[in-house]
Amino acid sequence: MAFINPKTKEVQIKIVYYGPGRGGKTTNLEYIYSKFNHRIKSEMVSLKTHGDRTLFFDFLPFDIGKVMGHTLKVQLYTVPGQVKYNATRRVVLRGVDGIVFVADSMKVVREKNLLSLKNLHENLKDYNRSIFRVPLVLQYNKMDLAEQGIPLLSYERLEKDLNTQLKVPSFPASALRGTNVAKTLKKIISMTLPSLQRNLKKEVVN
Amino acid sequence: MSYTLESKQLEAIEDLLQHDLIDMGVTCVILIDMAGNIIANLDSGERKHDIYSLAALAAGNFGAVSAMAKIIGEEEFSLLFHKGKKENIHFSRVAEDFLMVSIFGNDVSLGFLRLKVAETIKAIRSILEEITGQ
Ligand SMILES: Nc1nc2c(ncn2[C@@H]2O[C@H](COP(=O)(O)OP(=O)(O)OP(=O)(O)O)[C@@H](O)[C@H]2O)c(=O)[nH]1
Ligand SMILES: [Mg+2]
Repeated sequence: MAFINPKTKEVQIKIVYYGPGRGGKTTNLEYIYSKFNHRIKSEMVSLKTHGDRTLFFDFLPFDIGKVMGHTLKVQLYTVPGQVKYNATRRVVLRGVDGIVFVADSMKVVREKNLLSLKNLHENLKDYNRSIFRVPLVLQYNKMDLAEQGIPLLSYERLEKDLNTQLKVPSFPASALRGTNVAKTLKKIISMTLPSLQRNLKKEVVN
Repeated sequence: MSYTLESKQLEAIEDLLQHDLIDMGVTCVILIDMAGNIIANLDSGERKHDIYSLAALAAGNFGAVSAMAKIIGEEEFSLLFHKGKKENIHFSRVAEDFLMVSIFGNDVSLGFLRLKVAETIKAIRSILEEITGQ
């Protein structure tokens, strides 16, 4: 849940990257960190295994501009995608304002996307939140692999699999190359803003 | 969803943290919510920590420890404390949704810190009860 501080004129929002293991969540944050490092004052925090798999979360805070006279501080998190880490995954989800679901476009992992989305649905329910009401964007990652002849799920297939009921914005992407990484982020931030408006307006009036 | 506190509530909280903890020798105090957002932070000016990372890690750590407590059938662990060579860190829950993180050197005893933290939390609780949400 976003926090608006009228004293420092800051708004803090929490965006979580969710999705199956090895889907490219951490790669999204690494790209953002390298691309926008002039705006990012602190180091990216990564709690990971020796094999570079996320163990608990990655964390990247940065200032992204102003909303109604307040500095918008966005806190980006990733969850560990591996099935066995559900307990820590659930911890990271607490108080989330917006979610980017990073799906893996490779044909061989189709089932994993479905299971991960179902798991998101269940974990949100544990916090009495509905996947249909939390701001959510889908990202179909690793589209660049088509060039290497690796069989990918088509955009239409992914939409049918994951977005038939949700009907949320979705982007084909390559986190490795940065294709649509910033676009995905911009979209999810803009979707979380309406939930701030009422509290911000009240404060501007005061 | 979002929530806010009034300026005067935040000022009252900061005054409390300053008087009851920083003035008593505590190096740094951060009040955060369970999502990892920072509500207030004060320090004695000796050292600048990366408080955003600290807040994210503290919230995650607290969530993980709470989940462990549940697994072994405990409601929660009452003492969350890490001891270092020079600096120590202490965590304490404030009401349902907030967490206080105190960093202090060896010149402050753990017993004294716990006493001060308990007093401060009581006072913060009554301020937070007037919270305005959406
Ligand atoms: N070709 C290609 N590889 C990618 C892309 N995104 C990520 N990868 C690779 O996929 C592997 C896993 O990426 P990560 O970002 O670590 O995946 P993750 O979702 O954080 O995985 P967990 O931490 O286990 O949940 C790495 O070797 C990445 O380099 C992409 O867009 N294209
Ligand atoms: Mg990862």
